[in-house]
Amino acid sequence: MLQVKNLHASVEGEEILKGINLEIKPGEVHAIMGPNGSGKSTLASVIAGNEDYEVTEGDIIFEKANISELSADERAHKGIFLSFQYPVEIPGVSVTNFIKTSINQIRKARGQKDMPANEMLKKIREKAALLEMDRKFLSRSLNEGFSGGEKKRNEIFQMAMLEPKLAVLDETDSGLDIDALRVVSNGVNKLKNSENATLVITHYQRLLDYIVPDVVHVLIDGRIVKTGDKDLAKVLEEKGYDWIKEELAQQA
Amino acid sequence: MDLKEKLVSSFFAFEEQIDLENDVHVLRNKAIEFFELNGFPTKKDEAWKYTSLKSLLKHDYSIFPKKEEAIDYKDIRKYCLHEIDTYQIVFVDGIYASHLSSTTHDKFDACLMSSALNNPKYEAIIKQYFNKITPEESLVSLNTAFSKEGAFIRVPKSVIAEKPVEILHFSTGNEAALMLQPRNLIVAEENSHLQVIERHQSLNNNPVLTNSVTEIFVEKRAQVDYYKVQNDKVAASLIDNTYVEQHDDSICSVHTFSLGGKLTRNNLNFYQKGQHINSILNGVTILEDKQHVDHNTLVHHQQPNCESHQDYKGIFSDKSVGVFNGKVLVDKIAQKTDAFQSNNNILLDDQSSINSKPQLEIFADDVKCSHGCTIGQLDNEALYYLKTRGIPEKEAKALMMFAFANNVLDGVKLPAIKKRITQQIANKLGVELGFEL
Repeated sequence: MLQVKNLHASVEGEEILKGINLEIKPGEVHAIMGPNGSGKSTLASVIAGNEDYEVTEGDIIFEKANISELSADERAHKGIFLSFQYPVEIPGVSVTNFIKTSINQIRKARGQKDMPANEMLKKIREKAALLEMDRKFLSRSLNEGFSGGEKKRNEIFQMAMLEPKLAVLDETDSGLDIDALRVVSNGVNKLKNSENATLVITHYQRLLDYIVPDVVHVLIDGRIVKTGDKDLAKVLEEKGYDWIKEELAQQA
Repeated sequence: MDLKEKLVSSFFAFEEQIDLENDVHVLRNKAIEFFELNGFPTKKDEAWKYTSLKSLLKHDYSIFPKKEEAIDYKDIRKYCLHEIDTYQIVFVDGIYASHLSSTTHDKFDACLMSSALNNPKYEAIIKQYFNKITPEESLVSLNTAFSKEGAFIRVPKSVIAEKPVEILHFSTGNEAALMLQPRNLIVAEENSHLQVIERHQSLNNNPVLTNSVTEIFVEKRAQVDYYKVQNDKVAASLIDNTYVEQHDDSICSVHTFSLGGKLTRNNLNFYQKGQHINSILNGVTILEDKQHVDHNTLVHHQQPNCESHQDYKGIFSDKSVGVFNGKVLVDKIAQKTDAFQSNNNILLDDQSSINSKPQLEIFADDVKCSHGCTIGQLDNEALYYLKTRGIPEKEAKALMMFAFANNVLDGVKLPAIKKRITQQIANKLGVELGFEL
């Protein structure tokens, strides 16, 4: 589904990603772990199409098409979703109307008609219930004055509404208490099927107890330096990242 | 001959068209003298520092359009609020068009200024209200000198005007260049309620200069909601002078939507003459090309325990220019005043500009007065966020602009008007309205 080939990306002339290779197949959950500043969020942004980052080398292939040159909205039309680490507040736009606009713009881009109002309403109710969101919450301005947990819940609510093929979850666990973490991960798990894929970006192993990955990658200094199964995450939790750095130093 | 000389000499011809015995003519004579002495304002006048009339004054305007150009309802339908029932006072090239209008004298009067000026039935009202709250300024004087036609609305005590009144001015382009000077008088007596929509619209691209004066009197416990739709063609300019006098427990709101036209100047003054008054001034301005809109407001708190709320939002692109000059004056006696003023602007590129000048003059010592002014750009991070949700750049920008103007649009109590304005903004931004707010 997603192939990242020798991806180099920089921001303001500074190279952050230094040759990432990654392949995610339908039905898989991949986790990217790594210390602060290793380039995890940059990778998420580059996959989503953030124009602040310049791709200097390599390609991003999504469902056999090279999407490196596509804008963020075009990538969303193809079925890529990014759950933000820090969702942006947009006063004056309610959650409901935002998601309606989003869904119908995506449908329009795919040559489909607007979703009928009753179907939309039903879906909004169903997905809000999945994320245990209060009805009142939906009429509030997008992310304005939301707590950290509410923002993340709202992100996964949007993901549930948009049903992306590839969901990139950037530090979705940060700012979540244990109850919110359970609700959010439960939401992500319920949305999982054999056709879609998830890329979880996290600093801590904690989230991976809830969203169990098939593959774990370790990202250090802009490169994937180690790949393993879910047990790798447990080792990282126990021993931190230093032992990998030492291993790398020895190899060098 | 320049425009000023032309106007002054036209006054004699004007006098042949009107009843010189009328008391109002004394005012006209004084007014033309004042205008002759002072002429058009220039950038040297403090109040006109950022707005120059120079380019407008070079045209050879017709002062008296020849005759009513026959236009059909189908030509103007889209400018009328046809989806709801209204009274309509329609002028074509400054002349009343009876076949397009629907006036009333039933529960309240919504008719012509000319009939109010000449009908003995209204003599007392005219004497009491006409030209009573206009400041001594040369453009206002110019209008007073030629005051003859416009809308006259009077809602008697305890009457709720069941339908809104539309005041519509169309110019046909029959004249190469046309100057219009409508004069409106609106009186809402005690406990009455009135909604008015005013629009100036040219039907082709010949230059039009409208210098309009409206006096609004809101008596005790009365409510007036006034909507100004300014979305004219690029050769049309408007100087709108609106003056509001309010009495105890009254509410008056004026909503100005400036979306088109070459140059628009809104002089909007509120005078609070009683207690527990609420004055609301809202504006949404969205400009492009070389358009210029200047909001010049004054709220004069003259009595204790009153409120005023000003909220003006502006979005500017290309070489457009916005001016906001908002003055709040609180007299020494006006304790417990609650005055709020806000002017927020978005500049979409680096050629557009806004000159914002809030002025607060407070002589009372127990008041709550706040004002804020912001000038910024659309938030790029928010734009990116919207794009990751599949909303294309143009639609994402439009959504953010709507969100920015949303609380002003929210203040529109007539749903038909709100829908219209929202649609006009969407057209202007080039998006289909796939969203509500």
